[in-house]
Amino acid sequence: MTLLVTVNGALRELAAGATVASIVDELTGDRRGRGVAVALGGEVVPRGAWSSTSLSDGAEIEVVQAVQGG
Amino acid sequence: MTDPTHDTLEIAGRKLRSRLILGTGGFTNHDLLARALEASGTELCTVALRRVDPAARGSILDVLDAAGVQVLPNTAGCFTARDAIVTAQLAREAFQTEWIKLEVIGDERTLLPDAVELVAAAEALVDDGFTVLPYTTDDPVLARRLEDVGCAAVMPLGSPIGSGMGICNPYNIALVIEQARVPVILDAGVGTASDAAQAMELGCDAVLCASAISRAHDPVAMARAIRLAVDAGVLARGAGRIPRRRYAQASTPEEGVPVFGGAG
Repeated sequence: MTLLVTVNGALRELAAGATVASIVDELTGDRRGRGVAVALGGEVVPRGAWSSTSLSDGAEIEVVQAVQGG
Repeated sequence: MTDPTHDTLEIAGRKLRSRLILGTGGFTNHDLLARALEASGTELCTVALRRVDPAARGSILDVLDAAGVQVLPNTAGCFTARDAIVTAQLAREAFQTEWIKLEVIGDERTLLPDAVELVAAAEALVDDGFTVLPYTTDDPVLARRLEDVGCAAVMPLGSPIGSGMGICNPYNIALVIEQARVPVILDAGVGTASDAAQAMELGCDAVLCASAISRAHDPVAMARAIRLAVDAGVLARGAGRIPRRRYAQASTPEEGVPVFGGAG
């Protein structure tokens, strides 16, 4: 069984059981989520809840990181 | 005799020795940013949040950590209070800081702030425990509103972001300073060192610079120039400038001028 999830504006097919933590690991690799934050459905998911937050079908997730600016 | 350039800037209880805040946008690489940071003497730098780039190598946070500077996240790119609030909450999570440079833009061409959304976002973020530093227009009434909802500083623009037009309305900036009970940080519009000096001469507590340094032909040299200009402006402000007058006032005594006969 798979899930359809929108990650940073792009539709992705993920294995059932995918969590916020698994998405962050995949996207940030060896940076280990440094300077990274996550919003799920427009609500911030605290770092401590990443591994316990499962993604459901149709979820919209934004994964952001520090960049130069301002 | 104390040196006014050694006075500390205090924002929400945090003391900073440098009155130059550096925006990190526009530097073409991390090495150049690191050298400009050192030349600027800054202790506080803005950063932004954007969608993760899986191909990115190294984090800007490594550069800022190595330089020993503190991070001031911004909400650049937000056009509504709602977006700015969520972005500020993401920044708190990403950087473990309650400090936020609040930007809520109302126009794509000028990047001028949306006053209505800005005040709404500022109030909500203050209530949520943030230390809010809002990027605002040079409107003294709006600055007072932002202070009234609990902002820790106000950051009026000299002119639009990246325009390099300097301080278009020094009268308004002076009014903002006159009435403010929180630090006033000139944000946006600085094009070169003299603009930063003017801001400090007017009585600003600090200057925030990004493009003027990062997009200069030699960013490291401009970082140093603006650092010195900030100090020069502080000294000049403390020294008390002479009033402007319409006609000349001789600096050499007018009595005792010799008269030479014989001409004509």
